[in-house]
Amino acid sequence: MVKVSDDALTEQGLDAPATGRVLALACGALVREVLALIEINGWSHMTLRCLPAKLHLFPDQIPEAVREGVRRGKADGFDEILVLYADCGTGGYLDKVCEEEGVSRIEGPHCYSFFDGNDAFAARGDDEMRCFYLTDFLVKQFDAFVWRPVGLDRHPDLLEMVFGNYETLVYLAQTNDPALDKKAEEAAARLKLNYERRFTGYGDMATALKGVA
Amino acid sequence: MSDEEEDIILSELSDDELVLQMHDDLYDGLKDEITEGVNILLGRGWMPYDVLTKALVEGMRIVGIDFRDGILFVPEVLLAANAMKAGMSILKPLLAETGAPRLGKMVIGTVKGDIHDIGKNLVGMMMEGAGFEVVDLGINNAVESYIEALEKEDATILGMSALLTTTMPYMKVVIDTLVEKGMRDDYIVLVGGAPLNEEFGKAIGADAYCRDAAVAVETAKEWSARKHNQTA
Repeated sequence: MVKVSDDALTEQGLDAPATGRVLALACGALVREVLALIEINGWSHMTLRCLPAKLHLFPDQIPEAVREGVRRGKADGFDEILVLYADCGTGGYLDKVCEEEGVSRIEGPHCYSFFDGNDAFAARGDDEMRCFYLTDFLVKQFDAFVWRPVGLDRHPDLLEMVFGNYETLVYLAQTNDPALDKKAEEAAARLKLNYERRFTGYGDMATALKGVA
Repeated sequence: MSDEEEDIILSELSDDELVLQMHDDLYDGLKDEITEGVNILLGRGWMPYDVLTKALVEGMRIVGIDFRDGILFVPEVLLAANAMKAGMSILKPLLAETGAPRLGKMVIGTVKGDIHDIGKNLVGMMMEGAGFEVVDLGINNAVESYIEALEKEDATILGMSALLTTTMPYMKVVIDTLVEKGMRDDYIVLVGGAPLNEEFGKAIGADAYCRDAAVAVETAKEWSARKHNQTA
């Protein structure tokens, strides 16, 4: 199994030599889950490369970063490239890039949706508009991806302004890890939100990867 | 000589110095200092509208530019907005009393299913600062809510905001309904929100996509003037 720290995934992403025929080009926040699926299924033909997870905070930068990764993958001779990014707040621009580059991406508006299962997530609709979601990665990196970027470390009085319309933090758990549960619950308390845990496993991501396996 | 900066006594500054200091204080998100500055200027006989435009709106305009250029980040903008809100809460009742100029009336709200209102609130404040009357419908607005408010308030501008890729298509539902009811041409429709872009704004039939609050104000002014000239 590849050893890489969450901090490195946040800042640099993950690079890998072109060893398989299929390239999975993913968000750094998905590395653990994709690697787990590769290992469980023995997909030795699949190479995983990831862009820095911090792009999650700058969605406008995702499409061109993906384009660069795709072009590099093509130059390296991969037969097939699957983009493991949802729309991720790019407002359809990532789809445009994927279409221009002739590659497909995992379906869904964001990773919360495809982990939960896109159909199930869509069916919940407006009932969950006051829910704030975390995945395993985001629970581990809560301070780097939630607390600090909105300035709550320096200005706790901004909490109401930023999270005042939310009611519940929903932890979409990819794994059963009591330590992460505890951390997620603590995050909910820090945000003054109710807490709910929902086990999702790898959701639609497993299906999407099987499709290119 | 001491390295420590001396505390600035706002009340000892001249008007010009105080206004510049308030720009700095807004930039630094200093709510209490903004409240104090507003009260000092009012105490010196300034018209509320001048305090608003020269001290607060101009200060927020600078904040907006530096946010756009990547010099300021989200927390700083939130703090600045909070400080401006404090100043506005003093000025708003006075503006109504002193008959500040009115450029038009805007109905604004986040669309159905969307609770993210930071950008919408900022646009509302900046529009008020620029002389527009703003009717804020808050969050999660269905098409009926927008249409009822537009008619009831006799508004000239509709502003819709969305932060999510999943909620932004609802803007088209609202615009299509306006078209069906034969009301579309009665309003200037402005849309905004992080995942939107100009292409999307055009595709759904909005008059303009506004990438930030300052652009929203300029666009509203421009379109209002254009509309006024057409009907004059």
